[in-house]
Amino acid sequence: MNTSAPEKIPFLRDPAKLAILYQILTLAGVGLLSYYLVNNTLSNLERQSISTGFSFLEREAAFEIGESLIQYSAADSYGRALVVGFLNTLIVSFIGIILTILLGTFLGIARLSSNWLLVKLSAIYIEFFQDIPVLLQLFFWYAFFYEILPSPREALNPISGLFLCNRGLAIGIPHWHQAFLYMIIAFVVSMIAVFFLRKWAAKRQAASGKIFPTFKVSLALLIGLPFFTWWLTGAPMEMNVPELSGFNFKGGINVSPEFAALLLGLVLYTAAFVAEVVRAGIQSVGKGQTEAAKSIGLKPGQVLNLVILPQALRVIVPPLTSQMLNLTKNSSLAVAIGFPDFVSVAGTTINQTGQAIEGVALIMIVYLVFSLSTSAVMNWYNKKVALVER
Amino acid sequence: MKELKRVVPTAVVAFCLSASIAMAATLDDVKAKGFVQAGVNGDLFGFAKPDEKGVWKGLDVDTARAVAAAIFGDANKVKYTPLTAKTRFTALQSGEIDVLTRNATQTLTRDTDLGLDFVQVNYYDGQGFLIPKKLGVKSAKELDGATVCVLPGTTTEQNVADYFRFNKMKMNPVVIENNAELAKAFFAGRCDSLTSDASQLAGIRAVAPSPGDYMILPEIISKEPLAPAVRHGDNQWKDIVNYSVLALIEAEELGITSENIDEMMQSTDPRVQRFLGVTPGNGKALGLDEKWAYNIIKQVGNYGEVFERNVGVNTSLMLERGLNALWTNGGLMYSPPFK
Repeated sequence: MNTSAPEKIPFLRDPAKLAILYQILTLAGVGLLSYYLVNNTLSNLERQSISTGFSFLEREAAFEIGESLIQYSAADSYGRALVVGFLNTLIVSFIGIILTILLGTFLGIARLSSNWLLVKLSAIYIEFFQDIPVLLQLFFWYAFFYEILPSPREALNPISGLFLCNRGLAIGIPHWHQAFLYMIIAFVVSMIAVFFLRKWAAKRQAASGKIFPTFKVSLALLIGLPFFTWWLTGAPMEMNVPELSGFNFKGGINVSPEFAALLLGLVLYTAAFVAEVVRAGIQSVGKGQTEAAKSIGLKPGQVLNLVILPQALRVIVPPLTSQMLNLTKNSSLAVAIGFPDFVSVAGTTINQTGQAIEGVALIMIVYLVFSLSTSAVMNWYNKKVALVER
Repeated sequence: MKELKRVVPTAVVAFCLSASIAMAATLDDVKAKGFVQAGVNGDLFGFAKPDEKGVWKGLDVDTARAVAAAIFGDANKVKYTPLTAKTRFTALQSGEIDVLTRNATQTLTRDTDLGLDFVQVNYYDGQGFLIPKKLGVKSAKELDGATVCVLPGTTTEQNVADYFRFNKMKMNPVVIENNAELAKAFFAGRCDSLTSDASQLAGIRAVAPSPGDYMILPEIISKEPLAPAVRHGDNQWKDIVNYSVLALIEAEELGITSENIDEMMQSTDPRVQRFLGVTPGNGKALGLDEKWAYNIIKQVGNYGEVFERNVGVNTSLMLERGLNALWTNGGLMYSPPFK
């Protein structure tokens, strides 16, 4: 066979070199486009003498915020105001996600149950709440709260220490006492104990087949140990009860109608979507699995927990992550009903300082942080529950 | 491949060239468009709100119409963009609107940091509190611990925070972006008090379910000079908008109204002759037709007519001229001479 040295391929017909050339050109094009956009923006801002930069974060905010988890007053900086807004969004999203998952799972399973009434009611709920725009639902709940509930001077008082009026729900809470610190320590200790208990119970079951009532014992530990500590330290029970003074209730904690309307609206809306995701997941598991599980004598609750859900979770977790991100992003609608979340506070800051680009960039970064952390946690959980198939 | 080699560099050069083209002057843009794009409130009775037939009425609406009359000779060549308190300045900064006539208070920060220029004030206002009579409060100093409804992103929000801080009182704000929703929440009892410019409070009370149950507290806690605004960097446009507003005031001082303007054209008073363009010069200086001021007064009226028609004592707002009277009547409306 005649093996001659390979011909030298001309540059313009060599695929490998052309590929590199195209990539360099594209990179240069993107780089030039970005340079043009940034340059244009900066020169426009300068021409109209709009200030740039993040130094506005240290200026005095000069506006009050209705509810805040940390100390804040109008004399604090814009930076601190934005932190308050961030914490408000965080707490609404966090509680909202937990409640949504609980309600959504319940509804999804209910729609698949053998009880005709349950199926129909959950189907009606899901269709109804999926179809109405979420902003309208928020407006409805907010108007519902302040129209239906009475004014503070005629507040409802169903049990002592609890007042319900159109300014919010005022609940009495115990005064802070040293004993509560011990209770918190006891709770942490009991959590560690439960962790080791579960490991031990699983090992015991694998070795001898005996089932240990882990759930009941863990519950008893988590609730019992802190209460035992409280009783040991003399059962302090001084309450910080709300009282009507002047215009509003002072004392206790106050759950505002804005927070309640936002939470309720978002949870009811997103739970309808989560229900469908859960239903899809459960339906994705073959019917043979349920029948096989029942035939070996497992109870319906055990069938769900031990056989169906582990297989269904693979299908449920990714769309569930999307729904959680949707809830976080929808919480930005709070500005329409008066809840001071991050977008609301950032919008006020933009208006007062005129720096729209920095403000919107901050909003985007904050929501990106929320979304990425939620995705990261859920993806870790997804890997953990993923079944390894042979 | 050859085409790619030619297209990419050309595109790059085109980008760079377009980056250096200076922005055309606003007056040329407006003339090319054929109308003035004005940013307005959209929901404030007396200042900028469409009536039940969809016709825009109000003090700010008439100010925008005066600018259009000066440029085009036709006061109806205006398109209105309703804006919330949060979006009003960004809309002007970005070029979405040509002029902002949206009861915006002139402040130092807005005049500098935001890249805006305010022109002649078209309404001198002050901030007050609206409160239901049944609460029995007679003075703003008794509002410690009250829940106050306020629009976010406004000077109102900052002023009320300052007032409560200065008087060592505590306040719970409820901030709702939409004017109508805010008023609804106040009338339903969500807040003890609604705070805003006194003219806005009069307008909101006028459309309340039972106006007689509410009163405006006597304390006026701030200065709110409401003026139209334009962007930095366009001096000719700013002069045109400024002198359109001043023309309304000067006409009232000269005694010219929309009714008697045609007789006034025969006047021998040199000030009137210069104002109405009988003696040319003003129009050319501004870059407008010499009959610019004549068109404004003929189609919109003078400041007194505009005031009485929109917010005066015979309207449901029942506002007195007060600070908005001519300087010759003890108010603050004072125009430089038109020569």
